[in-house]
Amino acid sequence: MIPLSHYLIVGALLFAVSVVGIFLNRKNLVIILMAIELLLLAANMNFVAFSHYLQDLSGQVFVFFVLTVAAAEAAIGLAILIVLFRTRRSINVQDLDRLRG
Amino acid sequence: MMTLASLNLWAIAPEIAVASLACLVLLVDLYFRSARPCALSYPLTLATLISGALLSVAGLFDPPQLALNGLVIRDGVADVLKAGTCLGTAGVLFYARDYAQERDLWRGEYLVLSLFGTVGMMTMIGAAHLLTLYVGIELLALCLYGMIAMQRDSVRAAEAAMKYFILGALASGVLLYGMSLLYGLTGSLSLELVSDASAALASDSLPLILAIVMIVVGLLFKLGAVPFHMWVPDVYDGSATSTTLYISAVPKLAAFAILLRLLSSGLGGWIEVWQDMLAIAAVLSIALGNVVAIAQTSIKRMLAYSTIANMGFLLLGFFSGTAAGYSAAMLYSVVYMVTTLAVFGIILALTRSGFESDALDDFRGLNQRNPWLALLMLIVMFSLAGIPPTAGFFAKLLVLQAALDAGFVEVVVAAVVLAVIGAFYYLRVVKLMYFDDPEPGALKVSAHGYRRGMIWALSGNAVLLLVITPWIGQVMDFVSASLANFGAS
Repeated sequence: MIPLSHYLIVGALLFAVSVVGIFLNRKNLVIILMAIELLLLAANMNFVAFSHYLQDLSGQVFVFFVLTVAAAEAAIGLAILIVLFRTRRSINVQDLDRLRG
Repeated sequence: MMTLASLNLWAIAPEIAVASLACLVLLVDLYFRSARPCALSYPLTLATLISGALLSVAGLFDPPQLALNGLVIRDGVADVLKAGTCLGTAGVLFYARDYAQERDLWRGEYLVLSLFGTVGMMTMIGAAHLLTLYVGIELLALCLYGMIAMQRDSVRAAEAAMKYFILGALASGVLLYGMSLLYGLTGSLSLELVSDASAALASDSLPLILAIVMIVVGLLFKLGAVPFHMWVPDVYDGSATSTTLYISAVPKLAAFAILLRLLSSGLGGWIEVWQDMLAIAAVLSIALGNVVAIAQTSIKRMLAYSTIANMGFLLLGFFSGTAAGYSAAMLYSVVYMVTTLAVFGIILALTRSGFESDALDDFRGLNQRNPWLALLMLIVMFSLAGIPPTAGFFAKLLVLQAALDAGFVEVVVAAVVLAVIGAFYYLRVVKLMYFDDPEPGALKVSAHGYRRGMIWALSGNAVLLLVITPWIGQVMDFVSASLANFGAS
């Protein structure tokens, strides 16, 4: 029997990897999109682990909704990426400088 | 045993109506082609939004009821905010039409996305469960990303959409991670059961603090409050002005509602954990928004920083956690929505095909070009700056009063000083309009056809901020009455 804390540590590691991937990555927007997916999966890992630990199904139902939202989000993210590439001919993060912010 | 009657579908009739009619608009737009774009789907969209508002206020002040097995709650505050959301979206589309048509944005998809965004906001407003809250937030956010990116040939819009997408998705991820920790700690996703668990869980437990910090960070991101405000100016500046109007005006009601549902109904038992965070975010937002806005040359960027400052005032009303504070914050969000509609409406009325009118210099000498629009802009700027006797003054006053009564004197003093600094950049617009000469080559603003109707609506919108003053007490009583029994069922 694997204890709950092991799952939570994996979830926290996934979360950390994805946040680092979003903030330290200066090269490619596709990597940021992957990091965003990882972020949602980290939360899913927690939900499923807690759901099993609490013997309560609602956490697993939540995961299905999160997966659906993640799919929609990936679709929209890639669509925006294509629009950006067509206008800019680049998906380099450092080229996103037209709006000073 | 689940039956159709136990789902209590009447309680979510507004959402059902808007969502199903949005699908109808999508089909109508596909099959009925006409010479003018959206000749049929635009009236249908307005009818959808008005029917949503009417269904929301039918049965106003009934006792609160849960629907869909505790996923959704219908109470006074939900009814009022849902009606406001629907009417606000209708106003946005009315002002946006001419501008979007000239820029080839006025297509069925634009209307359908704004309708589904409205459904998302209504879901957030009526949420009684973390699942509905999350789905509502995402539904609104996905529609907004799409609406910004619809301006496909604009480099700035694509970049704004990408920045908004990345930061918005990061914020939802952090919020979701906080929700998962909260689920593990309290064993439930229903906000009512989460708040029941507050008796058993001490507020100094480290996992709980972590969960609440993540939830507050996610919410502040969505609100655009300091220190998570960096997306606001870029998104406002990069989007088409009609989309900026939608993003800046209507979601503020839903933003107030999710604060109320999540922090007050759900996490109200642990107020000492989130109170200080909100107070610091409020003061920092007012400070940064008001100071940085002075340095802007684009009116859209200036209004973006003004939004950050105004979200600070919303948090200022909210963080004290008293009933008076919640009513003041709710009134503030409503007044802010009406004011923002007017200010962006005036910017839209000044645009022409190929001319954006988004630089501050474009307002130079507006009094000589169109005195009536200049007067309306004057009223709106006074309301944003909080100068009596406008509605904006009373909204700010009530927020500060509520925070003062709760005993946060230092915070109130800081907010008042910073609001005075903020008055500078609003009054600078008035100075440009009345005391400067127009730029050479600036045209007179003429009104004909649709523009004439738009200026009538703008007049009503801006003058409302002034004539509401004698009845502001009744409005406040109405808002307090709608908040009287929120969360109880």
